[in-house]
Amino acid sequence: MSAPVNPAALLAGRPAKKPGSPAAVQPPATPARRRARRRNFYSALLFLSPWIVGFLIFTLWPILYSAYLSLTDYDVINAPTFTGLDNYVELVQDPKIALALSNTIFYTVLQVPLHIAVALALALLLNRIGQASGFFRTVFFLPNMTPPVAVGVLFLLVFNGQNGFVNLVLGWFGLAGPSWTTDPAWVKPGLILMSLWQVGASVVILLAALQSVPRDLYESARLDGAGFWRQTRSVTIPLISPALFFLVIINTIAGFNNFTEAYTAFFGSGNSTYSNDAALFYVIYLFQQGFEFLHMGYASAMAWLLFLIVLVVTAVQMIVSRRLVFYEGGTP
Amino acid sequence: MTRTPAPPGASPTTPSAPAGAIGPVAQTRPMRPRPLRPAPRRPRRRRMRPATIVVGILLSLATLVFIYPFVWLISASFKPRSEVFDNKLIPDSFTIDNYLQVWQEAPLGLWLLNTLIVTVLATLAVTVSSAMVAWGFAYFRFRGREILFGVVLATMMLPGAVTMIPVFLIWNGLGTTGTLTPLWAGNLFGSAFYIFLLRQFFLGIPRDLFEAARIDGAGNWAIFQRIAVPLCKPAIVVTILFEAQAAWTDLMRPLIYLRDSSTFTIPRGLKALVDQYGFGGEWHWEIIVTASVITTIPMIILFFLGQRQFVEGVATTGMKG
Repeated sequence: MSAPVNPAALLAGRPAKKPGSPAAVQPPATPARRRARRRNFYSALLFLSPWIVGFLIFTLWPILYSAYLSLTDYDVINAPTFTGLDNYVELVQDPKIALALSNTIFYTVLQVPLHIAVALALALLLNRIGQASGFFRTVFFLPNMTPPVAVGVLFLLVFNGQNGFVNLVLGWFGLAGPSWTTDPAWVKPGLILMSLWQVGASVVILLAALQSVPRDLYESARLDGAGFWRQTRSVTIPLISPALFFLVIINTIAGFNNFTEAYTAFFGSGNSTYSNDAALFYVIYLFQQGFEFLHMGYASAMAWLLFLIVLVVTAVQMIVSRRLVFYEGGTP
Repeated sequence: MTRTPAPPGASPTTPSAPAGAIGPVAQTRPMRPRPLRPAPRRPRRRRMRPATIVVGILLSLATLVFIYPFVWLISASFKPRSEVFDNKLIPDSFTIDNYLQVWQEAPLGLWLLNTLIVTVLATLAVTVSSAMVAWGFAYFRFRGREILFGVVLATMMLPGAVTMIPVFLIWNGLGTTGTLTPLWAGNLFGSAFYIFLLRQFFLGIPRDLFEAARIDGAGNWAIFQRIAVPLCKPAIVVTILFEAQAAWTDLMRPLIYLRDSSTFTIPRGLKALVDQYGFGGEWHWEIIVTASVITTIPMIILFFLGQRQFVEGVATTGMKG
C-alpha cells in the first residue's frame, strides 16, 4: 500500500495504458454509447412516426397503386381489369385531353408572366412609400383570403357580359366589353384577369425580397449615373431574381392544377346549360373522369401525364434559371 | 430612391421575443421597420415629393381595384333580387331579406358548423403532427436523416392528382365517405410544407437550451413541449393560420367525399347554391351573393386576427429559394 502512486492510473481511474491505441480506449465506452445512440434513434422514430406512417399509407402506396390503376379499367364497383397501356393510348387520342391541355397551357403561359409583372409593379410601388406600405399590403392581401369558390362566383358576377362591372367600366372608355362568361374566346382571358385579383401574396413575397436588397448598391448605381429604370434592371431584378424564380415555379404548378374557380363557374351538377369547354382545364377533366364518370383507371393515367408534364416544365425552368437567377454568395 | 434605410437584419418581431425564437429565416428578412427614424427623412421630403404623389395615386387606384369586388358583393347582398346587378354602391332599397332567405333556402348553420369542425380538427391535427415531425428532424441526429428529409421535400413536388384516387379508395374502404373524416384525418400525419417551415424555426433555437434542460432531467417530450414549441410560437401560429384557411376554403375534397347536403362544408354548399340558383336553374343570384359573403367573412376575420403573422409567413415562404 505504500508503493509509489502511478499518477496516470489515478487520473484515468483505470489501468494505465499506452496512449494512441484507440482499441484500448474505446471498448469500455462503446456498448453504452451504442445503446444511447439506439435510444436516440428510437426517440427520433417516435417523433417522426406520424410522417412515416402517413408517407407509407397516404403517399407511397397511393403512388404505386395509382401507377397500377393507370394500367386498368376500374369503376370502384368491379375489380380492376388489366388493360395494359390502353389508357395511355386513349390519352393521346382523346380530343378532350388535347382541349384540356391546350386550355391549361394557354392559361398558365399567360397567367404566370402577367401575375408576376403585376406583383412586381405593385411591390416596386410599395417599396417606394416606406411606412405607409403596411396599409396597402393589407389591402392587396385581402383577396387572397377569399375562398376560391367565392372567387368563381365573383367572376360570374363582375365579368358578366351585360351587367358586369368590368364591362361597365370599359363602357366609360367607349369600349364594348365582350361576353366574358359565355364567349369561348374570352372565358380564359377573363379567368386570367380574375386571378390577378389574388396577386397579393406574391406582392408580399417580392416586397420582402426588395427590402433585403442592400441599400449601398443603389448608392453606387446612382453614383455611376443610373436612373430608376437602370437601377431596377441592373440592381433590383438580379438581386430579387431568386424570389421571382420561386414565384414562377409555384405559379406554374398552380396554373397546371387550376381547378376551383373555373369549376365553380362552369361545371358541376345542374350546370350543363352553361358549362363551357373553353374553361375545361386539365384537373377539371381529370376530376370528371375520376369522380363523375368513375373512370378511375383513365383518371390515374391522366394524373401521371400531368405529373410528367409538370416535372418536365419545372426541370426546364430550373435549367433556364441557372443562367438567369442570381444567388448572392453563389450558392443555389 | 431615397428611402429610409432599413438597418441590416432589422426584424419586425417585437424585441421582447425570446432569443432564437425568430429563427434564421426571419432574421434575413428585413421587413418595414416599425420605429420612426427622423434623421434621413428630410432629404426624402425635398426630393421625392412629385414621384411619391404619383406612386400614391397609382397605389390608390390599385386599392380601388382590390377592394371593389368586396364592396360590390356586400352591397349586392343587401339589394332585392331585381337590383342585384345594378352596380350601385349604395342599394336603392336596402334590405336584409337575402340573409333571412338564404338561411331558409339552405342549411347554412349546419354547413358553417361542419366547416368549423373540419377546420378546427384539420388545423389541430396538422399543427401537432407537423411540429412533432419537424422537431424529430431538427433535434435528433441519426443516420439517414438528410435522405429522409429529402423525401419529405420531394413529396411537396408530387401533384395531389396522382394520389387523389387511391386516397379516395382508402377512405372509401374505411367506410368514411359521406362523413367529414376524410377532410381532416389525413392531417394527423403531418404535411411536408409545415414540417419544412417548422423545422427551419426549430433549427434556429440554440441547442444549449435543450442540453441545459436535459441536464435538469427533462425527457425528450418535455423538451419538445415545454421549450421548443413555446420558442417556435411564431411559426406555429403561421401553421395554424395557413391550415385554417386551407381547410375552410377547400372545395375539391368536399366535392369528392360529401354527397348529402347535411354534411356539406360551406364552400361545397355555396357550390351547390350556384348549381341550383345560378345559370343552371332558377335565377336567384341574390342568394348566391349573400352566401358568398357568409363564406368569405370568416376568412377576413381570420386575416385580421393574425394579419402580421399571415404576411410574415407568406414573405418567409418566398425566402427559401
